[in-house]
Amino acid sequence: MKQIIILLLSIISICAPVKTWAQTEKTSAQTSAQTEDATAILNRVDDNINSNTSVTKSNMIIYGRRNSRTVTSIGYAQGKNQSFSEYLAPEREKGTKMLKLENNLWIYSPSTDRTIQLSGHMLKQSLMGSDLSYEDMMENRKLTEMYNSHVIGTDTIDGRETWILQLEAKVEDVSYHSRKVWVDTQRYVPLREELYAKSGQLLKKTELKDIKRIDGRWYPTKMNYKDMLKDGKGTDFIVLEIEFNTPIPPYIFTKASLKK
Amino acid sequence: MIKFIFKAILRDKNRSILPVMVVAIGVFLTIALSGYLTGMLGDIVDQTARFQTGHVKVMSRAYAQNIDQLPNDLALLGIDKVHQELENDFPDYTWVNRINFGGIIDAPGSNDKSKGQGPAMGMAIELFSESSGEVGRLNLTNSLIDGKVPEKSGEVLIGYEFAKKLKVKVGDELTYMGNTMNGSMTFAKFIVSGTVRFGVASMDKGTIIIDFTDAQQILDMANGAGEILGFYKDEVFIQEQTEQMCDVFNAKYAQDPDEFAPIMKALGEQNSMGTYLNLVNSVSSMFVIVFIMVMSVVLWNTGLIGGLRRYQEFGIRLALGEAKGHIYKTMIYEAVIIGTIGSIIGTALGIGVTLLMQKYGIDISGMMKDATMMMPTMLKSKFSLHLLYIGFIPGLFAMVIGNMLSGIGIYKRETATLFKELEV
Repeated sequence: MKQIIILLLSIISICAPVKTWAQTEKTSAQTSAQTEDATAILNRVDDNINSNTSVTKSNMIIYGRRNSRTVTSIGYAQGKNQSFSEYLAPEREKGTKMLKLENNLWIYSPSTDRTIQLSGHMLKQSLMGSDLSYEDMMENRKLTEMYNSHVIGTDTIDGRETWILQLEAKVEDVSYHSRKVWVDTQRYVPLREELYAKSGQLLKKTELKDIKRIDGRWYPTKMNYKDMLKDGKGTDFIVLEIEFNTPIPPYIFTKASLKK
Repeated sequence: MIKFIFKAILRDKNRSILPVMVVAIGVFLTIALSGYLTGMLGDIVDQTARFQTGHVKVMSRAYAQNIDQLPNDLALLGIDKVHQELENDFPDYTWVNRINFGGIIDAPGSNDKSKGQGPAMGMAIELFSESSGEVGRLNLTNSLIDGKVPEKSGEVLIGYEFAKKLKVKVGDELTYMGNTMNGSMTFAKFIVSGTVRFGVASMDKGTIIIDFTDAQQILDMANGAGEILGFYKDEVFIQEQTEQMCDVFNAKYAQDPDEFAPIMKALGEQNSMGTYLNLVNSVSSMFVIVFIMVMSVVLWNTGLIGGLRRYQEFGIRLALGEAKGHIYKTMIYEAVIIGTIGSIIGTALGIGVTLLMQKYGIDISGMMKDATMMMPTMLKSKFSLHLLYIGFIPGLFAMVIGNMLSGIGIYKRETATLFKELEV
């Protein structure tokens, strides 16, 4: 009897690690599959959101404690390193222009007739008192270039099924060390994002709505950016018009265009 | 008998002048040094008041709740009415407007490039208003390294380290970029009128000072201010008074639900100054108690010596038949009169000097080569009601107790040995 018990215990002690090893293998396989799926998901998201060129007319609604302001602008983007925007309204902002080339940002002010270059930590300043920073506005790289990703679950937002992706930075020069992205399982468009610092502190939250079919892709035409370190309703970014892959004259992306 | 004793004191100046002088000097020193000590320990309070808190500060409720962020979008508007109310209700205070703001300062170079750029912390104060006293309050003129205090719109004072970083000097142009109180982007050009040493590294490296009206214009804060600071006349902070003022002012708006209604806060309610004020009071009291004890010992000694010096006189009086108790009583009465006269003179002198030092102070700026805005160049005392008695009471009682102790010897003297002592 004693020998049978010892034999049984021996079998269990041998089988347990095997089972654990098998589970690990299965988990690894699942993870591998999930990681691959996550990358594929992100690629499709990037296909929807990014384009070679884009021309966007938009309203940015900045909610303050006393009142709200609407800033209208037109923006031109080419690849991930070139963008130009001009503010059309209200009167205070009219004629202000911004040019981004690589990691440099220039701002032109018609009232002082000066072009100022911003770089480094000054890009973390708030854009026009909104919940976006200059850095947020300039970020144009694909998510797959900046982050490793894996699927951590599913959720439903406004009746749409979503995957929840956990993104961890794989390059040093990112604004947010990690992100959580809720991606529409059918349209491959983010519906919600949470952006985190390295410490794990939640810094920004984005809600994306009014997903429209434009030029063969799904695109969110209303976004709310919320700085989680501030009180308030955040900033709404509403796309009025957008064109993808439209030829843009090269002179737009030069410093000379700022003073024209 | 009192009249008799008084006459005796006046006739025998040796018995009166010296003890009165000693008591007066002791009491004077106690009061003058206590007043100075309180004033000196209050210097940090004074600096905080001048730069940040005022003796009281009025702002909107929403601004007060988020004050660490200096939220100009929550600033106080309609300040003309608020000023009227403050000047009517609290005419002993000077009320000044201030705006604190942030942004980026850029120094233009050639070919539309920048020769220097950096984040800036801005202070907008009433530079052009003489009645505000802000230039003197922040010691701007004495802290200038180069140039002058702004005299017209569009001029700026800059920390001297900041000027080095931006590679600018007096007369150079700067561009300010920031946000208005509504969040709009705003740009403004300034000319550097002077560089200043703040005495605090972070301020020297990133602070600019412009006139309040310029800030109102560039930040879209017409008839608005981030803060209204109140300073009592002679720049002396009286904690109890400020707390009462706040109670009176805030009671008016207690029923107003508007988050932008004004609220007044005393210095002690800001920047954790309450804890510091308690500490200052405790340390000040401790120093004063120690000093009083020392002075009391000195005055006690004076009383003792005074009694011992009259050994022969008491012997004669005993020999003539005067009762021991009577002699002892006259001694005590004399001590009381001398102690009272000395204490009155000492208290009057001490309080007089304290009040003078409080009003005018001693200007040591000439002795301080590198004067800064943060280091006080005026040594001032502070008068408080307890000065009326902290010198007087020890001055009187120490003298009396000294004489009482020396007078005990009278009871030990024997009539039989008197004649031998007196050598009669």
